[in-house]
Amino acid sequence: MTYGSFTRAAFFGAAILLTGSVSDLHAEDMSALVKQGKYVAEASDCSACHTVRGRGEFAGGMEFKLPIGSIYSSNITPDATHGIGAYSEAEFSRAVREGVRRDGASLYPAMPFPSYARMSDADIHALYVYFMKGVQPVAQAAPANGIPWPLSIRLPMTIWRAVFSPSVSAAQKDVNRSLPNDGIARGAYLVEGPGHCGACHSPRGLALEEKSLSNSSGTLFLSGGAAIDGFVPTSLRQDQRSGLAGWSEDDIVQFLATGRNRRGEAFGGMTDAIFHGTQHLTDADLHAMAQYLLSLQPHNPALSAWAYDPAAASALQAGDVSAQGAKVYVDHCAACHRSDGRGYAPAFPPLAGNPVLMSDDPASLVHVVQSGAILPGMTKAPTAFAMPAYGNMLSSQQIADVVTFIRKAWGNNAAPVSVATVEALKKTAPEPVLNQGVIPLN
Amino acid sequence: MCAKKVDAVVIGAGWAGSILAKELTEAGLSVVMLERGDERATAVEGDYPSSIDELRGAIRHRLFQNLSQSTVTIRNTLDQEALPYRRLAAFLPGEGVGGAGLHWSGVHFRVAPDDLALRTNVVARYGKGFIPEGMNLQDYGVTYEELEPFFDKAEKVFGTSGEPYTINGKVVGKGNRFAPDRSDAFPLPAMGEVYSASLFRTAAASVGYHPYALPAANASAQYTNPYGVQMGPCNFCGYCSGYDCYMYSKASPNVNILPALRQDSKFTLITKAHVLKVNLDADKKKATGVTYLDLRTKKQVELDADLVIISAFQFHNVHLMLLSGIGQPYDPKQNTGTVGRNFVYQTITTSRAWLSPKQYTNLFVGAGGAGVAIDDFNSMNFDHGPLGFVGGSPVWVNQAGVKPIAAAVGGPGGKAPTWGEGYKDAMMDTYRHSLTIDAHGSNMAYRDVYLDLDPTYTNAYGQALLRMTFNWKDNDIRMNQYVVGKIEPVIKAMGATRYSLGMLKDGEVFDTRRYQTTHLGGGAIMGSDPKTSCVNKYLQSWDVSNVFVIGASAFPQGMGYNPTGMVAALAYWAAYHIRTTYLKNPGPMVQA
Repeated sequence: MTYGSFTRAAFFGAAILLTGSVSDLHAEDMSALVKQGKYVAEASDCSACHTVRGRGEFAGGMEFKLPIGSIYSSNITPDATHGIGAYSEAEFSRAVREGVRRDGASLYPAMPFPSYARMSDADIHALYVYFMKGVQPVAQAAPANGIPWPLSIRLPMTIWRAVFSPSVSAAQKDVNRSLPNDGIARGAYLVEGPGHCGACHSPRGLALEEKSLSNSSGTLFLSGGAAIDGFVPTSLRQDQRSGLAGWSEDDIVQFLATGRNRRGEAFGGMTDAIFHGTQHLTDADLHAMAQYLLSLQPHNPALSAWAYDPAAASALQAGDVSAQGAKVYVDHCAACHRSDGRGYAPAFPPLAGNPVLMSDDPASLVHVVQSGAILPGMTKAPTAFAMPAYGNMLSSQQIADVVTFIRKAWGNNAAPVSVATVEALKKTAPEPVLNQGVIPLN
Repeated sequence: MCAKKVDAVVIGAGWAGSILAKELTEAGLSVVMLERGDERATAVEGDYPSSIDELRGAIRHRLFQNLSQSTVTIRNTLDQEALPYRRLAAFLPGEGVGGAGLHWSGVHFRVAPDDLALRTNVVARYGKGFIPEGMNLQDYGVTYEELEPFFDKAEKVFGTSGEPYTINGKVVGKGNRFAPDRSDAFPLPAMGEVYSASLFRTAAASVGYHPYALPAANASAQYTNPYGVQMGPCNFCGYCSGYDCYMYSKASPNVNILPALRQDSKFTLITKAHVLKVNLDADKKKATGVTYLDLRTKKQVELDADLVIISAFQFHNVHLMLLSGIGQPYDPKQNTGTVGRNFVYQTITTSRAWLSPKQYTNLFVGAGGAGVAIDDFNSMNFDHGPLGFVGGSPVWVNQAGVKPIAAAVGGPGGKAPTWGEGYKDAMMDTYRHSLTIDAHGSNMAYRDVYLDLDPTYTNAYGQALLRMTFNWKDNDIRMNQYVVGKIEPVIKAMGATRYSLGMLKDGEVFDTRRYQTTHLGGGAIMGSDPKTSCVNKYLQSWDVSNVFVIGASAFPQGMGYNPTGMVAALAYWAAYHIRTTYLKNPGPMVQA
């Protein structure tokens, strides 16, 4: 079990398993509130963990394998027995923002309540109304968590919560800090709060706590996280090479709306975050998020700016494949990503200057080569694109060569990758894309 | 049987069906599209490199119709017994989502306007006596001006690459000077030219012809179409015809329409659904829906619908009409009846030129829709008076990429040895240093060339097979020979070291064992007279007004151009009139 898969479980396994009741909601407000709450649910990406194909929307059941046993996301439909139908709004708020179940037990911090603590009372209210009135109850229990006693005792979670999760009042105070303008303030709220971007994109400490929950506490926030399901979340700050330096506001908006832009394409867990979440947000909110992200100072200001270097392309175009990995690249990659590394965005992403492949940890790049990647169709970009898996076709030596080539060519200038690293990453590689169960149909 | 009700049922998930389904859901209708084959996803079919495994692909017919379940019988003349077509060769109908639109090459023409009123034009220019005895020469009943907006729309959906000649009457480019006027440019610039095509361009111009870039539904650059779906650019890998494009750059229903259509909750696609018949009411004036066989459960399912769109492959459309009893079957003896009438094909012959060993054509390189063509001998672009035949052929170098097995099976050509070192040398010489030039021509309709139900053979579901009665005729053979003769000076101007001209021979009979084109047409033709056509100018059945029959089955003659562009334009044209006229007042749109 790797740190990566544990953190995935920590993010995504929620466990709200209690009951309660709804009252005092006015019918005339309902429809607008339900609509608003649905939007908040999308901004909060609830579906990504609580909706599993074939089980009904928000009926839970997503499995997260931990070394100590599996946990499952819970049924958060308004079913009184198996869902959260018996929760009062106060109980609902306490679960979402403080990580406390109706019976007082602590949730696994897979539920991103340290971020949700920042959510406004109005959003929590709308979200509650939506889950009570806008979601179909599903009378089906999520599978029982499979963690054996005594590890199933949740006391350590309570301690964790007390140490690492902010109080709602502290969180709200930080939300209301002074920011340059309304757009950035709205963006900060969405990114740091419901969007819980830091759950993946911020580094975590030894207890798997996010080291920083807000940009107000410094540049660690969103400076890049550890691998999740084998993919490394990049810095979302203005870091050169491995962050968003050079991305325009429109680039970010397009990426969050469609999963693709002129600079790259989403893969791994980010496709879920966009598919279930950000693609549903308004342009105004996406622009606000982009403005906020563009305001984040680099965590590592020492990194030099990426600049295109034509040498690799010139060599390939002259038929010179003497560079390590160049021949593998020409045979297997160049048709889509081109000898000049610029790709054919947004269909096929550029590799030149792509922040995903210049991180110190080469896991994302190696795993995409080994297992392929699928970008699903989105409402505003219905086309899905699939990159084939090369794990069964290329040897680890060939993969090491080609990723070394890609990381070095066109000005990328990242460190070589050894065969040993590729071999190690083979063990943590995701399933090849065609074995992942969900194949786009176009 | 359980009957369900939808607004419209669309039969077949190829280009025609996908276009109609998209348009009808846009109009607010609930639409069920039935496809007898499997889902086809680029992620799977285009999984590189297994996607370009030629043995698994075109050789073993991965994307083609499974003849073990249903096929056609074929004979040349009325006095013969037709036999089942058991091995795909002459033509390659598709199966599965996308149909033949998934494995086509991508040549994407409009139409030669003269071809739409060929009978009228021939009679006007040469008199009625010019039409040979036994030729059922007919007009489409629709004009180019009427269709132009729909050609334009289809090109934008397909992401077609090409160079225009005129736009709104003004010469704007070096495109085909015989092409009709356009309202807009192609959405993408013309594809790049491989060496063989550029040689042909220079040589053809030098002998006074007018070369132009073939319009190709292979994307010359990345592209986003009006439905928001995206394509990658073509890389000339040569795996178009017979394959799913792994680059998302060859237009297909799967890539260009279905991603958007599948997002519409009013749309349902049911695969493994083999339609057995269109159900009619008691007096056969209205369709009530369809009955299909669920190939997974082997159960028959009845699906009720207000509107039935028959939009499968050309001859499947005709077959389904005959099985359903829509319209009167054609009788070749009396030349009466309409269903099965004017069954047509295309003539195609290939000539080859060998160049010096220093000139590399590298036939493995290519793109299915790309190349350079001339239209000097197509349609009515030349004087037929002294020639005494109707029809014509575009001529082109369309280096579509010759796959290794196909190259080996085709052999080196010429007078090469058939084994040993001489054979190998000749193979390499042909593969690296030769090029081919096609005369891809029209085929007229004849009284004794038609489709009907076979009296003997049945398919796996117990239904009579469709019978093809088809043969080459003197008019078309002479047309082909004339046009091929016009290729010879081009080959000489290229400086070929040797060449062989491919042409139809006098009296040649149709041979089903050799691939020609998959461009079958007619059998359910459009027109303005219900006595000689199955469907009116809106592709609406004259006999059952809530049935529309979309596809190359509507062509009264086989045209020189590849048919897909015309099929797509007719589909958008029919859909437009269904949306704007028919749905407001269902019933015959043209009074018989």
